[in-house]
Amino acid sequence: MRVRFWGTRGSLPVGLTAADIRDKLARALLAASGQRFDSYGEAHAFALRALPFSLTHTFGGHTSCVELETGHDEYFVCDMGSGARAFGAHVLARQAGRPATVNVFMSHMHWDHIMGFPFFGPAYVPRNRIRIHGCHELLERAFRLQQSAPCFPVAFEQLGAGIEFVALKPDQPFEVSGLKVTPQLQRHSGDSYGYRFETAGRSVVYSTDSEHKLEDRSETERFVSLFRGADLVIFDAMYSLAEAISVKADWGHSSNVVGVELCQMAQAKHLVLFHHEPANNDAAIETALKDARRLEELTRGAQALRVSAAYDGLEIDL
Amino acid sequence: MPLSHRDYGSARVLAPRGRLDHATCEAFQADLAPHLDACTQEGSALVLDLSGLEYVSSAGLRCLMIAAKQAGSRKGRILVASMQPVVAEIVQISRFNLVLEVFRTTREALASVSPQATEAFDRN
Repeated sequence: MRVRFWGTRGSLPVGLTAADIRDKLARALLAASGQRFDSYGEAHAFALRALPFSLTHTFGGHTSCVELETGHDEYFVCDMGSGARAFGAHVLARQAGRPATVNVFMSHMHWDHIMGFPFFGPAYVPRNRIRIHGCHELLERAFRLQQSAPCFPVAFEQLGAGIEFVALKPDQPFEVSGLKVTPQLQRHSGDSYGYRFETAGRSVVYSTDSEHKLEDRSETERFVSLFRGADLVIFDAMYSLAEAISVKADWGHSSNVVGVELCQMAQAKHLVLFHHEPANNDAAIETALKDARRLEELTRGAQALRVSAAYDGLEIDL
Repeated sequence: MPLSHRDYGSARVLAPRGRLDHATCEAFQADLAPHLDACTQEGSALVLDLSGLEYVSSAGLRCLMIAAKQAGSRKGRILVASMQPVVAEIVQISRFNLVLEVFRTTREALASVSPQATEAFDRN
């Protein structure tokens, strides 16, 4: 299975500004002072070898959209944030005119998780089939509402693809085209749902927009069960722990620290920090990643937990 | 969790030991409550000498934050001091150094309470 991140930012898309680019360039030049490069290749190799990720890359700015490539002809994707535009272009290019079937799994319908759908190219192509899965009663209404006047010029009814909504039930496993899917209720305004996906002996958990009340031990145990032994856990790490349980308590999000703790308890193999705070720049996200890795090192049990931070374009093979 | 204590002027120093996590934080809160009541009634401060604390989890940090808020709402103070390196790093990583009043040593914490508390500490 391959997991491909098309959108990793929380709440609102962000883009690098001219000032951000200048700052990265200036810091890179400073780090390279005294070096001599005789070719683009040498400079490129130095950048990759010697400079931090936050200077050579960006974590990116699209909101939640994560593809699971299972080897099946059909597509599987979590959430339709603004990353869905690029995901849609990928589907169309790969299909090269052949009809596509796309299975969407929705955590919830807050705007940052549905805003990419009006720009999702495959939805406009007749003969394509889109199945939107979710546990919310108002799932279909949310998608139709965002494509109603005066919010968007193309009405939902004008979309060319065959679109169906599939109601899932929490804690009840569901099989779709070879992929076993188990949704679980999460704490978030209006509720959200995490998913455990399993196929061919591999498991991925997608758990975003989820707040964890540390005093609720039964809730902790439910999540440990959802994450148990997972090859990959994609986790809402929007805030620091201090923010998440003080000034931003009840905002419906979690932290890098709780991600490490839950994954360690569940003996998951790889934690990916996700749903980055839009106010955080690349350096701040890189610091949150370093902190999470250090915490994992300090508190490691018998099994090491790999920790990464998601960025738009990241691919992880399981 | 055993909570030994000593009074220095208007400050009480408590020394929790072991681990403060999901399994122990309820007992810790219960053990802390009478000290919190006593100190807030007397308008004094509680210093948590964490030199015997080996590990603190997110749940444990939440306990400390709640205790500090309870003290603050009753015009009291909770200060933490003398953390072992691992605990100090966890506090930094979780950004709880921005939420709690953190001091390098117990003496420095007492010095921020009152000169009398420091003098009493130095006499012992």
